[in-house]
Amino acid sequence: MSAPVGTPPQAPARPARSTDPAAPVRVRSRRARAWATRAPLMPALIFLIVVTQLPFVATLVISLFDWNSLDPDDRAFTGLSNYQSVATDAALRESVLTTVLLTVTVVIVSVVAGLLLALLLDRTFFGRGFVRTLLITPFLIVPVSAALLWKHALYNPEYGLLNGAWAWIAGIFGDSSPAQPEWTSQMPLAAVEIALIWQWTPFMMLILLAGLQSRPVDMMEAARLDGASPWQIFRYLTLPHLRRYLELGILLGSVYIVQNFDAVFTITSGGLGTANLPYTIYQTFYQAHEYGLASAAGVVVVLGTIVIATFALRVVSSLFNEEANRA
Amino acid sequence: MTAPAAPPAPTVTPRVLAPTARRGNRRSGALGLLAWVAGIAFCLPALWMLLTSLHSEPDAATNPPSILAPLTLDGYREFFSAGASPWPPLINSVTASLFSTLFVLVLALPAAYALSIRRVRKWTDVMFFFLSTKMLPVVAGLLPVYLFAKNVGMLDNVWLLVILYTSMNLPIAVWMMQSFLADVPVSIIEAAQMDGARLPAILFRVVAPIAAPGIAATALICFIFSWNELLFARVLTGVVAQTAPVYLTGFVTSQGLFLAQLCAASVVVSLPVLAAGFAAQDKLVQGLSLGAVK
Repeated sequence: MSAPVGTPPQAPARPARSTDPAAPVRVRSRRARAWATRAPLMPALIFLIVVTQLPFVATLVISLFDWNSLDPDDRAFTGLSNYQSVATDAALRESVLTTVLLTVTVVIVSVVAGLLLALLLDRTFFGRGFVRTLLITPFLIVPVSAALLWKHALYNPEYGLLNGAWAWIAGIFGDSSPAQPEWTSQMPLAAVEIALIWQWTPFMMLILLAGLQSRPVDMMEAARLDGASPWQIFRYLTLPHLRRYLELGILLGSVYIVQNFDAVFTITSGGLGTANLPYTIYQTFYQAHEYGLASAAGVVVVLGTIVIATFALRVVSSLFNEEANRA
Repeated sequence: MTAPAAPPAPTVTPRVLAPTARRGNRRSGALGLLAWVAGIAFCLPALWMLLTSLHSEPDAATNPPSILAPLTLDGYREFFSAGASPWPPLINSVTASLFSTLFVLVLALPAAYALSIRRVRKWTDVMFFFLSTKMLPVVAGLLPVYLFAKNVGMLDNVWLLVILYTSMNLPIAVWMMQSFLADVPVSIIEAAQMDGARLPAILFRVVAPIAAPGIAATALICFIFSWNELLFARVLTGVVAQTAPVYLTGFVTSQGLFLAQLCAASVVVSLPVLAAGFAAQDKLVQGLSLGAVK
């Protein structure tokens, strides 16, 4: 960021003339200039507020009503009773737990795998660029395609690749009736998680690789010359340096995965205890037409996300300021 | 005096370093190999998708898998000649992604200018407001958007998706472009101002050409996110305006011999994203981390 050069002087730099009548003109022109500076920002800002903030306000209002669209005449203000239902509804409570479990598992596993892959890629070897491209590929498959691929081509108990490859390997060793698990019904949540981990590990790897490559080279070199072992260098130099990149990956990953809909919808259709909050809300409003209840659940998700997002924003802000200070 | 002393040094150092260097080489070779194995393992499901899409339906659904079965384009032929043609959804996806990306760029370029070159007061607060909208879950605003669209008759209309995708990608674009525009030399802009150029001219004739690589990367990332989106498209479109991901969900409950066709469909729908992603590879991190990591 070499931006500070672009910062305009906020106050007019010209020495003020002492004649009184000029003062209002000057104030007006300063204000005009501030608006001229602000003008290019306005379309984007107003558009975003209208399209993203107004619906949330509406959600907040609807959440206070008892409103089922199949029964439109019965719409009535009920205060916080929808929230009471959210708190006592077993399915919703279970979906909160599922959301947490799904998010935590996917984020942790993909961060660890992403870190290992980033460490492998942070060295020169033959075909490094190509391997990096291979590793990014899962992230560039359309999420619905990826979920369908796992559901039908990999998990399918009869002809999926997982069981097929296992039968083939077992066949080599003379086992004619190998175990052929029904992945999506025996371990539904794990099935969703594995597909998501496959897609999100490259994301973590990219962020952590960027972190690894921004390590101060001279300090690493000095440590090596002082006889530090690779493990010591990793533990005491690399890891502390990576801390904020890890935080960033974890928090952005959490924000995206908490909202996941595609994988749950496609692989298990929310069945067998895999319905997370986005899926449950989608169902509550799209299939059960319980508008008030769905809105209350939506508000609860927003509150939960704000907690994660506050941390995420803090991390982004510290990286951002560091970039700004470096210039 | 120092010159004669220098030559012996190179002959000494290799002798000392040789054993460790050789051991280091071997280990580094093994780690390089491991990286290759990991890369191929991660890519394997995608490669399997590609291979299956090129098999005939009976060959695609065997156990154990028939890897060496003859290749055919039948899966793709089936997909494109299916009862519900995939062309309208593909065209809808192209429309929604391209136009939303275009609108994002038109809105984000001036905004980024006001946040990096001629800065508004409290510009960091504005930046974080943009970012915070990205963190709020989409699903919580879905119902009001649906009710609004229903009342103004915009359900099953691809332009509604264009508006929503524009708002979805605008924060990312503003953050990315802010960091790209900050690298534009101010002297050039000042020179243009001296020549009497007005803001639109400065933006589109001076700033945009210089920041073109960054703007292109931003556009590609916005395109990817719009192309991938499912939840809005699923809820707000029907037969007319459904996008490619919604079309794909038709395969969720499929039965019978359809695997080659499904994989062909997945390959076709993923191709634009793969192309855009590989093209933007170097800037991908910056986009995904909302510009926080360079």
